[in-house]
Amino acid sequence: MEKRVLVVEDEPNISEALRFILTREGWKVDVSADGKSMLGMLQADPPDLLILDLMLPDLSGFDILKVLRAGDGTRELPVLMLTAKGQAADRVEAERLGVTRFMTKPFANAEVIAAVREMTAP
Amino acid sequence: MSFNMLVLTCLAYVLLLFVVASAAERAASEGRAGWLRSPMIYTLSLSVYCTAWTFYGAVGYAARSGLEFMTIYLGPTLVFVGWWVILRKLVRIGRENRVTSIADMISARYGKSNVLGVIVTLLCISAGAPYIALQLQSIAQSFTVFVTDPAGASLAADPVLIAFWVAIGLAFFTIVFGTRTLDANEQHPGVVTAIAVEAVVKLVALLAVGVFVVWFVAAGPSDILTRIDAQALPQWEIQPGRWTGLILLSAIAIICLPRMFQVTVVENTDDQHLATASWAFPLYLFLISLFVLPIAVVGMELMPAGSNPDMFVLTLPLYLGQDGLALLSFLGGFSAATSMVIVASLALATMVSNHIVVPLWLKVRAARNLDSGDMRLLVLSVRRLSISLVLGLGYLYYVITGGSAALAAIGLIAFVGVAQMLPALLGALFWRGASRTGAALGLVMGMGLWFYTLFLPSFGPGVFLSAQVMEAGLFGLSWLRPYSLFGLTTLDPLLHALFWSLLLNVLVFCLGSFLSFPSPMERVQGALFVNIYDRTGPARSWTRPVAEAEDLLPIAQRILGASEGQNFFRAQAALQGKQGFLPDITPEFLEALELTLSGSVGAATAHAMLAQSVGTAVVSVEDLMAVASETAQIMEYSAQLEAKSEELSRTARKLRDANEMLQKLSVQKDAFLSQISHELRTPMTSIRAFSEIMMDSESMSPEERAHFAQIIHDESIRLTRLLDDLLDLSVLEHGQVQLNIGPVQLRELLDKAIRSSESVQASRKFRILRSRDPEGIEIVTDAGRLTQVFINILSNARKYCIADDPQMQIKVRERKGMVEVDFIDNGAGIPRDKQALIFEKFSRLTDSMQAGGAGLGLAICREIMHNLGGDIAYVPGQGGAAFRVTFPRVLAPREVTRRTAKSQAEAAE
Repeated sequence: MEKRVLVVEDEPNISEALRFILTREGWKVDVSADGKSMLGMLQADPPDLLILDLMLPDLSGFDILKVLRAGDGTRELPVLMLTAKGQAADRVEAERLGVTRFMTKPFANAEVIAAVREMTAP
Repeated sequence: MSFNMLVLTCLAYVLLLFVVASAAERAASEGRAGWLRSPMIYTLSLSVYCTAWTFYGAVGYAARSGLEFMTIYLGPTLVFVGWWVILRKLVRIGRENRVTSIADMISARYGKSNVLGVIVTLLCISAGAPYIALQLQSIAQSFTVFVTDPAGASLAADPVLIAFWVAIGLAFFTIVFGTRTLDANEQHPGVVTAIAVEAVVKLVALLAVGVFVVWFVAAGPSDILTRIDAQALPQWEIQPGRWTGLILLSAIAIICLPRMFQVTVVENTDDQHLATASWAFPLYLFLISLFVLPIAVVGMELMPAGSNPDMFVLTLPLYLGQDGLALLSFLGGFSAATSMVIVASLALATMVSNHIVVPLWLKVRAARNLDSGDMRLLVLSVRRLSISLVLGLGYLYYVITGGSAALAAIGLIAFVGVAQMLPALLGALFWRGASRTGAALGLVMGMGLWFYTLFLPSFGPGVFLSAQVMEAGLFGLSWLRPYSLFGLTTLDPLLHALFWSLLLNVLVFCLGSFLSFPSPMERVQGALFVNIYDRTGPARSWTRPVAEAEDLLPIAQRILGASEGQNFFRAQAALQGKQGFLPDITPEFLEALELTLSGSVGAATAHAMLAQSVGTAVVSVEDLMAVASETAQIMEYSAQLEAKSEELSRTARKLRDANEMLQKLSVQKDAFLSQISHELRTPMTSIRAFSEIMMDSESMSPEERAHFAQIIHDESIRLTRLLDDLLDLSVLEHGQVQLNIGPVQLRELLDKAIRSSESVQASRKFRILRSRDPEGIEIVTDAGRLTQVFINILSNARKYCIADDPQMQIKVRERKGMVEVDFIDNGAGIPRDKQALIFEKFSRLTDSMQAGGAGLGLAICREIMHNLGGDIAYVPGQGGAAFRVTFPRVLAPREVTRRTAKSQAEAAE
């Protein structure tokens, strides 16, 4: 069965780039530009992987992460967090909240793919 | 009687006085002064009022003017009978303030002004010298009259020489007993006792002559009365005006005469002595005046025509062959003269040395920075010198006037002189508003008039005032004639002088006091003098029980603190070998306590507090002044401390504020850098991702490739614009922007801005409503920058206005030199909670891609408007988003610098 990834990203160009390289890797890619609307759907039918931007217009990536880690169906969901802020404190906070991987923008496409593979390896 | 015999008698008499005075001094120094301090001695010493003038001159006065001589006694009698009105207060103040002379009294009351002290001293010397001359003259005259042997006659014929030796002798006596020691109270028990003896001698002498005249020459009182009626002259008629004037004058004199002040106030040891004196002194005056008129009448009857009535007391017994009685009479006159000279020169010397010589010496010493030598010896030497000086002046006056004037005239002249001190003295006692300026002006005015209208003319025409001045007035002005000033011709010279000098003295004194503002010292002294009875009198404090340690402990605790006070008392008790914390009140303990307290409240305050509590001393004016100045110092000190601590806390607050500001700035800087980082990384992420995709994807449709290349291109542009904005903002914020100011039409700018903003979402229809008319105004500003602001607002509206039929209204208004341009769209507007944020950096409210900016637009707009001397604000409640841009119609270069400075200040924060 085809693996599903959900990309939560408010910059359209970035989500388009992610969609392109992940589709090429054989993923089914869904994109959401803000956090709130995605949360309900996410908990009802969790994807295999979540790629989460830290700075979103409504919620922060941290808020979403907190909700995910509290929900039954999403506690183990691999989450790759991408951020353009690049501050060390953010990485610490993300890890405390249970992020699976943390990467800063701009990223190398190969690194994202490698990380995704690693995170979803059986 | 031979001349030598007479001289010997005099010497023997003076020797007797020496013995009496020495005995009294010794008794006083050994503390056996009880009888010396009796009210009787005090009363007898007051008889120094009765001088040779009284002794000899009164008879002459009576021979010339009948009962008028009585006025000289009636004035003092009134003052002493009504002693509680003036004298009691005078004496109380004098003793409590340790007043040393009338000059000291007046200067102390008016703020311890030495100027006043000097004026009063000069006045007293001027009035005192003739008076002393009068005594010398009467002694010399009595010698001349008495000496019968031819050998002595030639000597006695030269009264000036006699006066000289008398002056020398009296100076010697006064120096020996007046300046033996230096007493803070200026009291001289030896002198006072000698004066009391002399009082008895002169009274006994005069009574003896009187008794002889009434009962041995005449046939008793009734015979005398008929003789008086027979001898009555027309000029004996009582003149009520002159009587009133003379009684007033003598009443003033008994208060103001320096020697009377000396015996009444300075030498007084107890208020209650005055009560005795109030009847005893008038009685003395009554006795001494009792036989004046009989002697005069009998003298006029028996003595050859042309005899000097001033000498009847002496010449009548001689003429009648009563040599013994004549010698007693001579000694009486001698007593009267010497007692006056001794006390007067003592009083005047005290003034001269305290108010003139010592201050001068101190000034010279301070100027030359000399060491402080033995002041006691200096002061004593000055006293001795001053006594010689005063007697010398008296002698000089006698020599100059030649002793021609009648005795009484000289005495009255002196009375008018000293009367000039009355206004200042009464003001000192009863009027708190009396001021130094008023007192000084009044004294100088009165003294000047006295000089001009009485004293200088008394030397006779041609000595000081020429006959022409006397006749025609000074400078030929008739209203300046010394004896009829301002055309007043109805009074005789004496009353004329008294009237004008006292009237103008009082007037000037009152005016000066009303118009001048007293110094703090004057006000304090004034209150202390006038309200002397309000304070606890010494009589009460002496009888009050000495304080117990229980009373002193709370005082000490209040000042030192509870436990420290207790500790101090316990330690002191232990020193005395006592348990507990209540030591015996010994002088050592009080001294230690005062020392300890003075560490906290100052020496004067500590002394005053203990003196009050222990009840052994009255707090003096100096004490209070010292307390006040100490309190002032402490207050100043604490005020300084307060100011310092306030300054410290202000500095601390500033530091805290600065620190907070720095922290805020640091946080802001971090946030700003984080924001920039985010804003830069976001387009770079897209660029990198798509360039990598293009690099490693061989099979890619040309459309796809073109699309990706377009994204890379757009994001690069976004990146560039972001950097441009950042730099622009930085320049604007630091006020380093170069403005290009010039005249331009507002409409042109708006046209240009609207054209430029059309590229944003060009596909959307966007209506702009303008009012052409007001837009036509000419403005002077930086056209490019203002257009930039307009474009930003218009672009934002195009981006964010979500109305179905988006439109914008532009309104232009000008008021008070400022132009307002409102941009109002019909969109949803900006939520109230975000309105304050929109002008901040990176305050993008919605999706950035849609807006295509980094969130710096409005922040830049605000900086631009500040640089243009205006502002941009969000106007709520207009239906949609509404921005108001305000700027001066004509931007002056000055405005630019001010704005720049402000921006720099803001940047510095």
